[in-house]
Amino acid sequence: MKQPVKVREIPVEERIKDFKEVVLGYSEEEAILEAKRCLQCKNPTCISGCPVGIDIKKFIYYITQKDFKNAYFTIREKNNFPSICGRVCPAEYQCRKACVLTKKGSLFASESAINIHFLERFVGDWGIENLTLEDKFLNIKFMNKKVAVIGSGPAGLCCAGELARSGIRVTIFESLHKPGGVLRYGIPYFRLPTEILDREIDYLKELKVEIITNFVVGKIKSIEEIFKEGYSAVFLGLGAGVPSFLGIKNENLSNIYSANEFLTRVNLMCAYKFPTYHTPINIGKKVVVIGGGNTAMDAARVALRLQVINNLEPDVTILYRRTEKEMPARRLEIEHAKEEKIKFRFLVQPQEFVSDERGFVKGIVCLECRLGEPDSSGRPKSIPIPESKFFIESDLVIVAIGLKANQLLTKVTPGIKTDKYGDIIVNPETMETSLPKVFAGGDIVGGEGTVIEAMGMAKKAALSIINLFKKYA
Amino acid sequence: MVEIVEKKILAQGLGTRIIQLEIKSPEISKKSHAGQFVVLMVSEKGERIPLTIVDKDEEKGTITLIFQEVGLTTKLLGKLKEGDFLYALTGPLGNPTEIKNYGKVILLGGGVGIAEIYPVEKALKEKGNYLIVILGARTKDLLILEEKIRKFADRVYITTDDGSYGRKGFVTDVLNELLGKDNFALVYAVGPISMMKKVSEITKDFKIRTIVSLNALMVDGTGMCGCCRVTVNKETKFSCIDGPEFEAQGIDWEELEKRTKMYQDKEAHICKLHNETTC
Repeated sequence: MKQPVKVREIPVEERIKDFKEVVLGYSEEEAILEAKRCLQCKNPTCISGCPVGIDIKKFIYYITQKDFKNAYFTIREKNNFPSICGRVCPAEYQCRKACVLTKKGSLFASESAINIHFLERFVGDWGIENLTLEDKFLNIKFMNKKVAVIGSGPAGLCCAGELARSGIRVTIFESLHKPGGVLRYGIPYFRLPTEILDREIDYLKELKVEIITNFVVGKIKSIEEIFKEGYSAVFLGLGAGVPSFLGIKNENLSNIYSANEFLTRVNLMCAYKFPTYHTPINIGKKVVVIGGGNTAMDAARVALRLQVINNLEPDVTILYRRTEKEMPARRLEIEHAKEEKIKFRFLVQPQEFVSDERGFVKGIVCLECRLGEPDSSGRPKSIPIPESKFFIESDLVIVAIGLKANQLLTKVTPGIKTDKYGDIIVNPETMETSLPKVFAGGDIVGGEGTVIEAMGMAKKAALSIINLFKKYA
Repeated sequence: MVEIVEKKILAQGLGTRIIQLEIKSPEISKKSHAGQFVVLMVSEKGERIPLTIVDKDEEKGTITLIFQEVGLTTKLLGKLKEGDFLYALTGPLGNPTEIKNYGKVILLGGGVGIAEIYPVEKALKEKGNYLIVILGARTKDLLILEEKIRKFADRVYITTDDGSYGRKGFVTDVLNELLGKDNFALVYAVGPISMMKKVSEITKDFKIRTIVSLNALMVDGTGMCGCCRVTVNKETKFSCIDGPEFEAQGIDWEELEKRTKMYQDKEAHICKLHNETTC
């Protein structure tokens, strides 16, 4: 068995000086070499690991044949955004984990599993570079139906793409001034360059998708009013929304940020280019990030870059209440963070923040923890050890412990059913909500998930909408 | 595109200006209620800042915003002329004021906060409330909207810090006296944090329900970032989606005051840079 083809990356010393994309991706030769490692299993297991069911075996086969165009269309049949997913999918928990080369029973993909995500990225980028409009248009005949998509994050973009390709006119309503949702405000440039996102969004515009920004549905218009304007169905891809805080003493001190705020300032508002851009961000000398997910890794790596850009000694520590094994972040991102000398402190639970005389955070009182029995998530519970109190110095804290549903729209929408978390309840077969012809997907359904999971739900919803129209056609 | 259709300099003095812009936005105009705000961007490189919707004209499809030039963004906004466009405008955001017949109400506006009590005053008058309005400014030249406010008020008191107009002193001096003499159902105040804090201390002694509208720092304004959080009755609330109005007596004023100064150094730096290069 041949060794996996390692993907090229910018060396650590260089990449922490700015926000350049860290993973450089495969060249044509590298992609073919890696693709040739695929065993082309008779009964491929990898496909079951893909939330949108990409025919992985087939697209990899096309790569081995240097037929990138057909590789591209194979992916595109199931996924409109290969350049994005190839970059942000937690492949080690999905397709690569399901790859036959992964050791049975392991928590995530073995190193020898085919680098499906890098191959997908290669094909996606190849498509952006080499395909013409005619190649992509697939002769769409638009029918006389309009669908409103609320939110332009992964779910909204995916649903819009699916519908448009089936000849349905789509309008996306986005509350921020630029489309992309978490792909723009949350995921940093060094993981997903803005140009890639823009080009995938341009593809939607080529499909005649209209994008209206600065438009908060629920405030400026209700769902009912949207139907009255002639839309035949509505898809809600609202995202997860409101950042959670720890509920401990002094959590609103200055320089305690939610990861959402910290990342939004830097990614969407370009605060790292202050004062050329006007949105400020504070730079900590000793930054602490609380949490163990991808957002925590992103925030930590952004904070470190800000330190380096501002000629400070890099000093960022991630606190997590369990151990590395239980961290929900992508393994690749944990590795990247470690390479960049981000420190990790496991089995720690913050108890309270400590203020300086100006109201800025100066440290965190924590307790050490031990692992207990598995909780509802299947991971061992983190149990604080009494009398284990200790103090961590920090002048900037980023809280990345997750999000809860933003009820801005659901609260003003009579008849839409939500669960105890405020998430929208849908029929899992169709993604239809309790309101007829209103569908939902992404984090607003079932809480926080990955980009590709959101896309999986959006796709299902789009199919239901298409079927609905066929029924009445 | 969001066009500025009219611009007025409402006040000028002590090195600052208070400016009124009428902005074309038929949809926001139609949908907004007293107490709500918009988030705007002056340019693509600009900040997102929240401003209260002071007035609207549904026929013309416009909303009115009033702001004081304090930081870079408000100064850049102040430089725009009639016919210019904003880069972005989103709204109406936040919860509307609960407008009903309370009975006797005192409204207090300090500085540019006067602009924010105006729509509430108007709406409360429509419901037949008896309204006493106390306006405060640092000096006569910085007092805004007096005439408009008088139209809907049953009584108006004016104070200036330097005694150049009305009574010398603070709005809270008048408040203290009024509360000693009569009963009121509600006190509604908008102004600098120090003023709102003082109001809440005074009304607490008199056990009068008091509502304030906060001007917390914001980014998205829709609950996504938590920049605008404030501790109310020991709980973390977001000004943008839980507010912007809160019961004054539960607010941790000290924390809020410190949080609003979080970027003071940065603000001073960027203003200095722009003064050197563009002014």
